[in-house]
Amino acid sequence: MLTFDQTLQQLILLASEHFKVPASQLNPDDDFFKKLGINSLQTLDLLTKLESHFNVELPDYELQGVSDFRTLAERIQSRL
Amino acid sequence: MTLFDGKTLSWKLTGQVLELALHHQPCNEIGFATLEELENFAEHLKDQASEARVLIIHSQLPAGFSAGADLRETYRLLQSLTSAERAAGVRNFLERIHGVYNSIDALPLITVAAVHGVVFGGGFELALTCDMIVADRSARFCFPELRLGLIPGFGGIPRLKRDLGNSFVRDLLFTGRSISAAKAATVGLVSQLVGQGEALRVARGVAAQIIKVDSTATTMAKRFIKRIPYEELQQEIDLFCELFNRPVVEAALRKFVESSDVQPYLP
Repeated sequence: MLTFDQTLQQLILLASEHFKVPASQLNPDDDFFKKLGINSLQTLDLLTKLESHFNVELPDYELQGVSDFRTLAERIQSRL
Repeated sequence: MTLFDGKTLSWKLTGQVLELALHHQPCNEIGFATLEELENFAEHLKDQASEARVLIIHSQLPAGFSAGADLRETYRLLQSLTSAERAAGVRNFLERIHGVYNSIDALPLITVAAVHGVVFGGGFELALTCDMIVADRSARFCFPELRLGLIPGFGGIPRLKRDLGNSFVRDLLFTGRSISAAKAATVGLVSQLVGQGEALRVARGVAAQIIKVDSTATTMAKRFIKRIPYEELQQEIDLFCELFNRPVVEAALRKFVESSDVQPYLP
C-alpha cells in the first residue's frame, strides 16, 4: 500500500500531467482549483482520473470543500 | 442519410442503423426545445421502425451525453407562473417526456446508448431507456435530484430499479454522488467499457453484430426480458409533482442557477 507521502506525490504528478502544469509549480497546500484553473467538468474528469489511477471510489460528497492537494491526498489515502 | 437536423438533435439512417445525435450546447440540457424535437423523433420512429434494426443514441458535444433537465429554463419559467400554473406545467412536461422515453424503451429495435462525460439526471434517464449502455472511460453517472428536494422525474427510479440492485439504487439516489463508467460497469449498468472517444465506434460494432441475428428472435427476446414498469412510471410523475411545488425546491433551483461552484450539483 502507498504511504501518504507517495499518494501525495503521485496526486501532484497526475494533476501536473493532466492539466499540463509543471509539477515544480504545485505544492501540497495549493488550492488546486485556482492553481490548475479547472471548471466543473474538469473536476469530474479529475475525479475519474483519480479513481482510476488509485483504484478507489471517491464519492464526490467526500471531496466537497476539499481544495488543496494535501487534504485530497488524505481522502484518497483513507480509501486505499 | 441524414433525415432530420434540428436545433438540439439530429438523426440519420445508415443501412439498418438509426443514429440519434444530441447537440444542444452546452451539454444537451433537456428543456422544451429538446422535448419538442424528441417528440418529433418518437413520431418518426413509428415509421422508421420497419427499416431500422438498431437505434444508437449519442452526443456530439465534448462535455458529455447530457446534463439532464434544463434547470435554468425551469427556474426562469417558475418565476413567471402562479402556483396552479406551475403544477399543471410540470405535470404536462413530465407526461410528454415520459411519452417519448416510454416509446424509446418499448421500441422493437435494439437500442444502444453510447455515452461519455456527463450523464446526469434526465440524461442518465435517457440512457436507461436503452437496452444497453456503452460508455467511454470519461463517463460519469449521477442522479442529483434529491439534492434539489426532488426525485428523478424522467423515469429514472423505475428503470434503475429494473436494471440494478436496490442497495446501489438507493446509494445513488440518496447521496446524489456521481459514479465513474468503470464503477457503472462493475454493477452491470454499463455493458461495455471502452477507451475515451470510442463509445460511438464500439456501439456501431454492436449494431453491426445485432443486425446479423434474426430480427424476430431479437424482438421477441427483448419483449420477454425487458418489461416496461408503466405503473411505477406513473407513480413517479405523481410523486415528482407532489414534491415540486414547494419553496425548498425553488430555493434549491435558485442556488443552482446562481452558483459558480465547480460542483453545482452538490447541496
